[in-house]
Amino acid sequence: MDKYLDRLGIYAARLVSQKEYFVPGHRACQGCAEALAVRLMSKASRTNTVIACATGCIEIFSSPFPLTSWMVPGIHVAFENTAAVASGIESGLKAIMRKGRIPLKKINVVGIAGDGGTSDIGLQALSGALERGHNMVYVCFDNEAYMNTGIQRSSSTPFGASTTTSPAGKVVPGQTTWKKNMPEIAAAHDIPYVATACPSYPFDLMEKVRKAAEIEGPAYIHILSVCPTGWRLPPELSIHAGRLAVETGVFPLYEVERGRYKLSIDLPELRPVQEYFRIQGRFRHLTEEMVNKIQRRVREEYEKLKKKVMMTREG
Amino acid sequence: MAKPENEITWKDLNVGFVVDEPGNASVYRTGDWRSQRPLYNRERCIRCGTCYIYCPDMAIKILEDGYIEHDLYYCKGCGICVQECPTGAITMVEEEEKDGD
Repeated sequence: MDKYLDRLGIYAARLVSQKEYFVPGHRACQGCAEALAVRLMSKASRTNTVIACATGCIEIFSSPFPLTSWMVPGIHVAFENTAAVASGIESGLKAIMRKGRIPLKKINVVGIAGDGGTSDIGLQALSGALERGHNMVYVCFDNEAYMNTGIQRSSSTPFGASTTTSPAGKVVPGQTTWKKNMPEIAAAHDIPYVATACPSYPFDLMEKVRKAAEIEGPAYIHILSVCPTGWRLPPELSIHAGRLAVETGVFPLYEVERGRYKLSIDLPELRPVQEYFRIQGRFRHLTEEMVNKIQRRVREEYEKLKKKVMMTREG
Repeated sequence: MAKPENEITWKDLNVGFVVDEPGNASVYRTGDWRSQRPLYNRERCIRCGTCYIYCPDMAIKILEDGYIEHDLYYCKGCGICVQECPTGAITMVEEEEKDGD
């Protein structure tokens, strides 16, 4: 019976509502997983949503003036103040609801930004908004570099990746620092909900956005969005690459709900990171020694995460 | 938006650059970026909707009978549907040039 139930899972896509809040005609590159992630996110947050969108790929491709792909109201903000504007919208809505100018109802406020707008430039605004406890969702679409300006490194770029400002050469092997662990930074604010997601697992992503929208208080979701242009991989492999990132343990999917860690997909055994690196041009220069170094680090991080899950388990 | 994008002048723009028409990007044709075109084989399709959920360009429509249709006005030809289809019902073929396009 289980065998058949497993196969039924493939039909899950038919149960998803066909209503779109992010319409086609956007100008994302071919095979952009970030566009897919935005689409799934807006499907999950549904109507009654206000978007605050930072500068970045999403803003560039979704709203080239005077066109917009959004079916929900949104505001374009600068790189550094997404979370500040989102928290302002939330407070403003609360005030006009209290004064009776609009009927009292639940309105989701969603701040969206890329990895640059979150982990580099917008970090202090985000930290402030999380600490003040606004009832909003902050979604970071992490494509691991500043892609829209031409693939410059960010603090979210993984170790060893070659970008235009951390090019791989004879002396320096690409990015020399490890990826900033943004979900952990958000979790350290002790907020009700933190999660990581990937559009290669669409139902998991939608469920997490739904949960974050329904939870009272700030929620942070970190979404790994594969960028075929910047990662130097064929566009048709972008979903596959996201899946490999999760299966190799490079980007584990987990959620932190009120301090309790939970793995969304528990992998008994991680695949070798080499499988994930092999399909990407930005890791082409890696030597075996470096791959081993990264593999060790990935294993360690995954073990650490598993320990956190064990330690914070209920009962 | 009443006028096509290239005919709009600054006089037609709203104060504060407010766009008051939701989803008006759907007039923009992204289909002409394509160099390869998806070819759909109805016989092999199991109507699972996997291609629909993974399409970043919302270019796949699920029809009433459960089969799918590519909207070539928007399809950028990335090939994700081909890669993710569990039964191999979609293949990519070279886009042919049409007169007048």
